[in-house]
Amino acid sequence: MAKSGADRGFQVARVPGFAITAIVVFVALYLPIFTLVAYSFNASTSLAVWGGFSLDWYARAWDNDQVKDATLRSLIIASFAAVISTTVATMAALGTTRRRDFKGQTFIYVMINQPLMVPEIVTAVALMIVFGLVKVWLTSIGMGGLTTGLGYLILAHAAFCIPFAYLPIRARLEGMDLTLETAAADLYATPWQTFRRVTLPLLAPGIIAGAMLAFVISLDDVVITEFVKSGGQDTLPTYMLGQMRRQLTPEINAVSTMLLGLTVVLLTAFFLLTRKKT
Amino acid sequence: MPSQAEARAITASARNGWLLSTPALVILSLAAVGPLLIVVIYSFLTPGQHGNVVWEFSTDGWTGILWSKDIFTDEWMLADAHLTIFWRSVSLSLMTTLFAFVVGFPTAWFIATRPPKERALWLFLITIPFWTNLLIRTYAINEVLRKEGLMNTVLMGLGLTDAPIDVLYTQTAIFIGMTYVYLPLMVLPLFAAIDRFDMKLLEAAYDLYASRWQVLRRIILPIVKPGIIAGSILVFVPSLGAYVTPRVLGGGKQMMIGNFIELQFLQGKNWPLGAALSMLLLLIVMAALLVYVRYANRGSSHG
Repeated sequence: MAKSGADRGFQVARVPGFAITAIVVFVALYLPIFTLVAYSFNASTSLAVWGGFSLDWYARAWDNDQVKDATLRSLIIASFAAVISTTVATMAALGTTRRRDFKGQTFIYVMINQPLMVPEIVTAVALMIVFGLVKVWLTSIGMGGLTTGLGYLILAHAAFCIPFAYLPIRARLEGMDLTLETAAADLYATPWQTFRRVTLPLLAPGIIAGAMLAFVISLDDVVITEFVKSGGQDTLPTYMLGQMRRQLTPEINAVSTMLLGLTVVLLTAFFLLTRKKT
Repeated sequence: MPSQAEARAITASARNGWLLSTPALVILSLAAVGPLLIVVIYSFLTPGQHGNVVWEFSTDGWTGILWSKDIFTDEWMLADAHLTIFWRSVSLSLMTTLFAFVVGFPTAWFIATRPPKERALWLFLITIPFWTNLLIRTYAINEVLRKEGLMNTVLMGLGLTDAPIDVLYTQTAIFIGMTYVYLPLMVLPLFAAIDRFDMKLLEAAYDLYASRWQVLRRIILPIVKPGIIAGSILVFVPSLGAYVTPRVLGGGKQMMIGNFIELQFLQGKNWPLGAALSMLLLLIVMAALLVYVRYANRGSSHG
């Protein structure tokens, strides 16, 4: 393609300074994260002076009951939120893809994508107000027992995870071959059999990818959780945010590194699942 | 005229579409869209003594965005402190967007001009930070900017400065942090636009003796404009509503709108003002997104 340019002694697409800038950007993008990970293995209490390699901070984080509780809570919320959001997102994707356009379709799109557009802080205060009202009402009708529990956080997380689960499922559906389903129908499979035996297996990679993305998004949330949680309901990110006000030790780095590790593993799996076969 | 069978098929399609979407719509109404409507109502109520609201209509929440009541004379006066916060939010977000473009464009160009096999890897490297925890990335920047952190170690090691630069908990720190965390949002749409760009146009321009600067300004920039607008809005919108980054890098002194909203609900005890501020932020974001949608549609209809 760039033949005639090459003939004249330079590549047209090369702009001086661009490659250097790009390399600097990539280094700047990763250096802070690598530094953070490196200091989680620091033997000294300092975040600046290297005191040799050690796994002490991991051991300490492991022994810290607050970290353990917060981790468990994060995983529970993310699991429920991922399962709920992926289930409803799969149904919505089936309802809005590969069919005749119908009235209200745009409305459904806007609703599903709404969490991507509204600033998190706005959703956070809105949920704080609404859940507060619900709790007052529940107490007034003698059901105060329902004012605690993780249900509120799970509902909030499930809602903002829906668009993230929906997008990969929809993409998979759009790229799917219709002929297999037509063939199944021609062979007298009932619509349910066709769905169960043909559509669902073909759609599975999209569903798994959507669930993983939802899980990661839920695991990362700090703003909405910070406003919705009741006392003693810290997740890992809100626990870390609270700690950042205090004296910092590499324990935070150790916790961060574990969370990063989990995210990177899930994301790599996600990319492998959604990669187009070439 | 559609035949009867066709009309039936259309109705069935719509019915199934709505039925299948209902569970998602219910969850979103309960925990995303519905609550926003209640915030609108709250912005028109009277603040309670210790936070919360009294159910009496009042527009003071909205007035309070720009003016505050003098505690002694009860007169409304322009609230300088609020203006400072708005100006800081807008100027930091604009600077972040601009700088993200300045470094993001060469990066996107670089990725788009790699051989196809390498390209996926570079894209993956840009995408990974985007999906990893925002709090952790902000905290990583906090560590780098500390007095005894990586930045000062390098600067002093190179002899560029004698004493450590105390940049943490300043507006500069927030600017650096926001650029860092939102940069992938600029690079990805830019890449998408440049990737579609036909490099033959460059050859044609050079054959006609255009200078590099002319090529950049007259050919490349106009064609990738939709990508520039998309990237700018994707960076500007979350910057304006940022909460975590100013909190972790601004240290509570350098508030932005997001932190100011929190303050009204958790310490300031003026919920109607907080609600009005939230709605204002939402309106600005929606306006920005409308601009984006209009540009995106125009771009596609003209090929």
